[in-house]
Amino acid sequence: MSKEWPLWEIFIRGQHGLSHRHVGSLHAPDAEMAIKNARDVYTRRNEGVSIWVVEANNIAASAPSEKGPLYEPSESKIYRHPTFYDIPDDVGHM
Amino acid sequence: MYAQMIQSEASQDDPQKLAEFQARIDADIKIEPRDWMPEGYRKTLIRQIGQHAHSEIVGQLPEGNWITRAPTLERKMILLAKVQDEAGHGLYLYCAAETLGVSRDDLTEQLLSGKMKYSSIFNYPTLTWADIGAVGWLVDGAAIMNQVPLQRTSYGPYSRAMIRICKEESFHQRQGFDIMMKMAQGTEAQRRMAQDALNRFWYPSLMMFGPSDAESVHSTQNMAWKIKMNTNDELRQKFVDQTVPQAEFLGLTVPDENLAWNEEKGGYDFSEPDWSEFFDVLKGNGPCNTERLEARNKAWDDGAWVREGLLAHAEKKRARKTAAE
Amino acid sequence: MDQDKTQLTEFLLRMGDNALILGHRTSEWCGHAPVLEEDIALANTALDLMGQTQLWLTYAAEVMGDGKTADDLAFLRDVWDFRNLLLVELPNGDFGQTLMRQFLFDAFQSIHLPRLAKSSDPRVAEIAEKASKEAAYHVERSADTVVGLGDGTEESHNRMQAALDRLWPYIGEMFASDPVDAAMAEAGIAPDPANLRTEYDALVGRVLAEATLTVPESTFAHKGGRTGQTHTEHLGHLLTQMQWLQRAYPGATW
Repeated sequence: MSKEWPLWEIFIRGQHGLSHRHVGSLHAPDAEMAIKNARDVYTRRNEGVSIWVVEANNIAASAPSEKGPLYEPSESKIYRHPTFYDIPDDVGHM
Repeated sequence: MYAQMIQSEASQDDPQKLAEFQARIDADIKIEPRDWMPEGYRKTLIRQIGQHAHSEIVGQLPEGNWITRAPTLERKMILLAKVQDEAGHGLYLYCAAETLGVSRDDLTEQLLSGKMKYSSIFNYPTLTWADIGAVGWLVDGAAIMNQVPLQRTSYGPYSRAMIRICKEESFHQRQGFDIMMKMAQGTEAQRRMAQDALNRFWYPSLMMFGPSDAESVHSTQNMAWKIKMNTNDELRQKFVDQTVPQAEFLGLTVPDENLAWNEEKGGYDFSEPDWSEFFDVLKGNGPCNTERLEARNKAWDDGAWVREGLLAHAEKKRARKTAAE
Repeated sequence: MDQDKTQLTEFLLRMGDNALILGHRTSEWCGHAPVLEEDIALANTALDLMGQTQLWLTYAAEVMGDGKTADDLAFLRDVWDFRNLLLVELPNGDFGQTLMRQFLFDAFQSIHLPRLAKSSDPRVAEIAEKASKEAAYHVERSADTVVGLGDGTEESHNRMQAALDRLWPYIGEMFASDPVDAAMAEAGIAPDPANLRTEYDALVGRVLAEATLTVPESTFAHKGGRTGQTHTEHLGHLLTQMQWLQRAYPGATW
């Protein structure tokens, strides 16, 4: 059996000025083809999007056992979340 | 369903860990790739997601059979877009399976050698244009019954793939019904085609849900793990209840003399499909099993030089870049 | 129909038939490509081409003015009324031949369509504007694949060279101007294709060199498709399949 094309993780930024978001993965021989494949597979060629591709091997991830220490401190900082604040309706959209 | 007869794997894991795992699932917390999971859960999921992915890929063939014969430019584009979506769905699902430590090529090899199965429905032929309508209406209709609840499945990558798939799938059943409407309102020949398509696809569609599994230990385990969300009978009943009024709207006759509304249960009574036929199809004796596997094997074998060529070029490019640096 | 309309119709049929026949050929790959990612990409190309077909043939039918539709033109004309290049009706061959043909066609489109987008005919300009964006992506992708396979393994290189040798005699037809082209150029509707050859040769030469492929020396060109004088035997079989339902059940609505 021949060698499999590497796996790439695909991140796409839509038109609304958001940050790149993970949308899925695919296989491609190299980064250039991974971008083209991402365009064909995940955007069906919407103009004006930005695509990042990262070879899956190159992603470093936190270990599941670190879940506690890494995430819990921020969970207690609920003031970072907009829904923490109770804004009166009269103020309008914020 | 696209994944039929999935046997669960027994687990021989630490009872404490198993209990914690089950508690997470019961609390609707998603399991992610790097989390601890019972070996049985992992293996069962690979089997189920893999079979689902294979079904999407093999499912391209019966409909692809009509792309070059679609009757109008618009129908041709719609059908091509739909069959392309199926390739995409297969791709998302293979990627979900890959997070469990199996490669797409491994899964492909197992499909091609006949070791892994795909849905029985794709071993039936598409003989007329009405069959393309019937496949969209009935086959996608049956698949959606299963896929919508699977969006809530416990395994994160699988759930996310299903969400994306369901979003894209919404037009598939509609385009099938739209074809059936045109046929049912069309000429005498078109009406005959439509009825004939319903006659041939009705029972194979009911078979998609698999035999009754109310008593099955596999089913109980898989439902506890939330990788199966409903029993086969529940989904089949729901499908019949949804589809019969649609057939009436089309002016077509469901090929079942025993079909009758049952006020008491609030659903239709209907005849069971011929389960011996179902098991024959699973064993490889369906009308198109041989052609389907031949087509997949041919595409894979003929494509080997392309996959190798493009990879060799990528490696050369990388080597040249490194040498230049 | 007056002379101007006849010539405009000819031109529009050439554009529409190229897109239709190549779109059809490309769609034959759906479900059979070497890898899922390529299957999806080829279907996108086919979908773009079918979309272009609908635009060109709808306009052609309007200019003809006898109540026909794009579907009538696609499904109810016989071989001798088609105006596509011979190149696009050839059978797919292997994946390499399909992609080589795609590149040789895309390269032409990527040069031709941006000029058409400045056409004196607003409808032509509008259709070409949309199609040229698609062609720009198509040529990028097919060129990359030609380079990748040409400069890949020994086998992929040999197959791509064989594909190029097989298809090269069908390139010349793209640039063989005739009175229709002269009339289009005069009216500012479309450029004379003969004038695009230099730019085409530069683009194709650059990509084929990167692909380590040898451009055949022969300048012989098969012709006749775009004038309707002749076609290959393959087109009739393609139409037999494509037009089957419309021919077998005349007048039905689908």
